[in-house]
Amino acid sequence: MIGTLAHAAPYVGYVYPNETDIPWGILIVIYPYITGLVAGAFIVSSLYHVFGLVQFKPVARFALLTAVSFMFFVPVPLLFHLGNPQRAFNAVLTPHWTSAMAAFSYVAGFYICLLLLEIWFAFRADIVALSKTTSGVLRTFYRVLTLGSDDVTPRSLAIDHKLAVILAMIGIPAAVGLHGYVGFIFGSVKAREWWSSDLMPVIFLLSAIISGVGLLIVLYVTYSKVRKVQVDDACMQGLARTMWAFLMVVLVLEGLELLEMFYKGLEVIGMVQRLIQGPIWFSMLIQWGGSIAVLTILTALIVFRTKGKSLVPWLTVSGLAMMVAVLAMRWNVVIGGEELSKTMKGLLTYYPLVFGRGGLLVVAIIFTCPFIVLWVNTRLLPPWEPDEKAAT
Amino acid sequence: MSNQDTKVGKEASDLPRRNFLRILGIGAACTGAMVSAGSLIAKEQVNESATAPPPPKIPNYDWNKHKWAFGIDATRCIGCLRCVEACKAENGVAQDAHHFRTWVERYVYLEGEDKPRIDSQSDPQNIAASGSEKEFRFDNRYKDAKVEKAFFVPKLCNHCTHPACVQVCPTGATYKTKDGVVLIDHSYCIGCEYCVQACPYGAREFNHVLGVTDKCTWCYHRITKGLLPACVEVCPVEARIFGDRNDPQSPISLFIRNNRVAVLKPETGNAPNVYYVGIDKDVS
Repeated sequence: MIGTLAHAAPYVGYVYPNETDIPWGILIVIYPYITGLVAGAFIVSSLYHVFGLVQFKPVARFALLTAVSFMFFVPVPLLFHLGNPQRAFNAVLTPHWTSAMAAFSYVAGFYICLLLLEIWFAFRADIVALSKTTSGVLRTFYRVLTLGSDDVTPRSLAIDHKLAVILAMIGIPAAVGLHGYVGFIFGSVKAREWWSSDLMPVIFLLSAIISGVGLLIVLYVTYSKVRKVQVDDACMQGLARTMWAFLMVVLVLEGLELLEMFYKGLEVIGMVQRLIQGPIWFSMLIQWGGSIAVLTILTALIVFRTKGKSLVPWLTVSGLAMMVAVLAMRWNVVIGGEELSKTMKGLLTYYPLVFGRGGLLVVAIIFTCPFIVLWVNTRLLPPWEPDEKAAT
Repeated sequence: MSNQDTKVGKEASDLPRRNFLRILGIGAACTGAMVSAGSLIAKEQVNESATAPPPPKIPNYDWNKHKWAFGIDATRCIGCLRCVEACKAENGVAQDAHHFRTWVERYVYLEGEDKPRIDSQSDPQNIAASGSEKEFRFDNRYKDAKVEKAFFVPKLCNHCTHPACVQVCPTGATYKTKDGVVLIDHSYCIGCEYCVQACPYGAREFNHVLGVTDKCTWCYHRITKGLLPACVEVCPVEARIFGDRNDPQSPISLFIRNNRVAVLKPETGNAPNVYYVGIDKDVS
């Protein structure tokens, strides 16, 4: 076939002939990554809405907008990946329920609806106010968005709040389920030694949370700089502690998983070792080096009770490093799993293309889109609290 | 109007009704499936739910009356690769070194080495020897080596009794037929390649032209007409054996009965239906 040879993955040892055409590329790396960012952002908003951790109030509504903006783009890499994307609805209309993948549209669809509902309740009072203060097309837009309810009496707002809390409470298991489910898609593939782990859903979920918190830190600081307002200290400290806690658990679990694998020393272990030292050594270094560096910085920030202007740059760098480390982790799982041959006697190396449907350029564009949508969303529904202080 | 025309006309008028019933069925299935989704994870139900579509309309063929199986006598295989070329020609498989419905592995144990050296026809050195990705041969690289033991192992889809590929297909485009063959409906496959991941044998390949997964069908279009799969037909040494297990005197029934057979990777629980004779511990 024209072109396929150029894409064929090089290998060492013995691999099955069909394996050189690697099935899942970077599109499938970015898919669990984006899903994870959604789950992480949502958990932060729930920490305020459900658990009443008031320090997260400044980012609670922003986190919801972040979650929904990224959630819109979760299915996009999957559609780009499909050989016949026009048939994607076959999996929705006639789902084959023994397939972990068949539930995707239902799980994702349910979660998007839930996010939209929660956002509506969280922003309803603002929408009503905006529908009265704006003019022209915007006024019509906000009027439609009120869904005909402009009752903002204290009693009505109390009901809104109660419903938002209930939705957030449903949202937590939904977010946890959504990402645990993504882990299941990989963990349940018994043919792939590197994926087939019972810990996969747990590790996927916890790493999702840390990447989402990292994203939120970076976004919150950036938006605050652009809007020339002060970054809330208590909120930043809360985010640092949240990231520290989840990161520590992830590192311990991932470490234990590797340890168990080597301790058991099954037939595959020689190849696993060569995989870690070979095709994925650099992304493993980013994942582990990045995670340990972030944990160290966060520990120092918490121990020394760093505040204010010295906290912001350190925490922002940590957030960014966390996002990169988790992206590397997704690569290590998805691509690493495919690079370890099913023969257990060989290793492939995957090189992403730059152009083409599954290339780096497409992935970069897909990953830029949620940021643009988020910016539009924050313009339409400003999520910021009124008591913000101007930057000094 | 001839009888045939009347029949065609009737079929055409049946179409909207058939579509309506299909949609109704889909709706009912969705509702039912959503309610019982949680309980569907049980392994026993995997096969139940992997129900085959209506039987193919093949004259004089009843898929309830057959149970196809395949045998490989590795002691006979000479590595001529006629099977690989016949398969590609018969089934229109991509003419390159990365897409195969069947392939042959060469295992060579050299003196003083514990592990075999393994390659297949798609090994770059073998491709260089044949000079083309449309013709296949094994090169003569061990000509001057001290070979202790060597043999060939043909591979193909195992048409498992509990196929992991069928389990993971999100649309049900790939399914197990009543006569024991795993097929793919190319008009329904969305091309997600989850099945490619799930097959422990690397038997599935992706058809980049159609955007769908492809695999060995045991030449379903031939066996349902009483012919042998192309690879079996061309094998000069009868290393490939095919037949109906419902017939105790069929070549495959005799092969399984008269030999001590093994299957590949039984620990996966997939219960493969390609039976091997003469393979070694390093074959997987």
